[in-house]
Amino acid sequence: MKTLPLGQRPPVLDMSNVTKTFNGDVVALRDMNLSVNSGDFISLLGPSGCGKSTALRLIAGLSTPSAGRITWAGGQSENDLGVVFQEPTLMPWATVAQNVWLPFRLKGKSYASVKDDILEALRLVGLEKFLEAYPRELSGGMKMRVSIARAMVTKPRLILMDEPFAALDEITRFRLNNDLLQLKAKIGCTVIFVTHSVFESVFLSDRIVVMAARPGRVIREVTVDAPYPRNEAFRTSAEYAGLCRQASEALHEAMGEHA
Amino acid sequence: MSIAENQPLYDADDLKRLRAARFERFGKWLLPVAVMIAMIWLWDRVVVWNEIPHFILPRPGLVLETLIKDWPMLFDALLVTLQITMMALAVAVIGGVGLAVLFTQSRLVEMSFYPYAVILQVTPVVSIAPLIFIYVDSRTAGLLLCAWLVAFFPVLANTTLGLNSADHNLRDLFRIYGATRWQTLRYLRLPSALPYFLGGLRIAGGLALIGAVVAEYVAGTGGIGSGLAFRILEAGYRLNIPRMFAALILIAATGVIIFAGLSFLSHMLLRKWHESAVKRET
Repeated sequence: MKTLPLGQRPPVLDMSNVTKTFNGDVVALRDMNLSVNSGDFISLLGPSGCGKSTALRLIAGLSTPSAGRITWAGGQSENDLGVVFQEPTLMPWATVAQNVWLPFRLKGKSYASVKDDILEALRLVGLEKFLEAYPRELSGGMKMRVSIARAMVTKPRLILMDEPFAALDEITRFRLNNDLLQLKAKIGCTVIFVTHSVFESVFLSDRIVVMAARPGRVIREVTVDAPYPRNEAFRTSAEYAGLCRQASEALHEAMGEHA
Repeated sequence: MSIAENQPLYDADDLKRLRAARFERFGKWLLPVAVMIAMIWLWDRVVVWNEIPHFILPRPGLVLETLIKDWPMLFDALLVTLQITMMALAVAVIGGVGLAVLFTQSRLVEMSFYPYAVILQVTPVVSIAPLIFIYVDSRTAGLLLCAWLVAFFPVLANTTLGLNSADHNLRDLFRIYGATRWQTLRYLRLPSALPYFLGGLRIAGGLALIGAVVAEYVAGTGGIGSGLAFRILEAGYRLNIPRMFAALILIAATGVIIFAGLSFLSHMLLRKWHESAVKRET
């Protein structure tokens, strides 16, 4: 699916001066502004405690902003979100197919009525032969693929990914980065991706939002205007190295400000 | 020397593991049987060597003889005890799970009633039973109530723990997808609680039998429709020690069968996904 160039994409979500405090005095996130447009791949990059996951929880509706507002373009619908957590977060008692069925099941749809969507999602992540497998029978990378399939099976407007590959080994992580970009190219999804990794954020994103801690806030946005599809050649290119340096400097600034 | 194709190559660790697996497979059955045979032999020898009269300590053979001779009467008594046990277990499951679900759905209900569930559990049933038989007219209902009191708490405590142990990320996911309370209970909390519930059920099975036997002792009524505990009491009054042993063996065997049955049920329900039941290569 073709993604429009940056600046021409229709809006999906807008965060305006969003602040989140806990117990009245701990500021987890201060005055965050972020416009998410259709087809964006945005990485939230920053040190621990900078409010990346808090921002994700606010967008997901799991907590409410202490100030500011989050607005969905065209209003919020029941099919706005897909979520991938740091852990695969699969139901161990359910098969792969039943796990991917979950978002539909909670909307009252029978398995038979959405079987094609489930098969398609699993085919996209390369697990169509594991329909009846239980999560314990899968490797860490395969479990994460199931989690991704579950997040995108309903074709949501926005997919939130909270450090999904942080617990995986480097080889699996590289492979899943490539697969994720292929998926994005196929289904044209919009993604907000939380990560600690400069390299991962540059490889995946077209926008990197660099955040600083205490209080959590956005300090800079880096645009990665390298064209998709990106592959191993991009990972070893001078352009990639330059962008990594740029993101790394921004991250250093984010950490230095606090130090 | 060449190694034949397709012949598995075992190193020292593999052989050690295979030996351990073989020992485990046979040992867990053979060793208890061997210990039992040794104990029975020792029991028999102690009686013979010390010339202990049968009304003090009968020989194992006499106990077996009595078990066969009195089987019709003992079997009827066993059915009575078993009936109370199974009914108490069923009510414990319904009551324990129902109350646990109620607790997890309403913190108010949990805060109000959980302390009383604990009080009922920690008060010895033998001290409550006489009161129960004063206030409850039906003997069966009284026995059932006593057995239930002992059996329901493990089901309640374990199921409550299990319902509250659902993965927090999955809980968030259910919220994001707009799941109703009923959907969260059915698709997330209840499956999460299943291993905990089954653990509680295994404990409750044994306790229901203990509760039923204790209640029969306290009720102390005889005649047709009496359980094994009364048969033990009655045999004791008549110094019929072999029958006491025979009845005791039946009670112990019933407890073992209940535990084995519930363990099997647990294994069948969890074998595909839960760590406790999944076989692993080590």
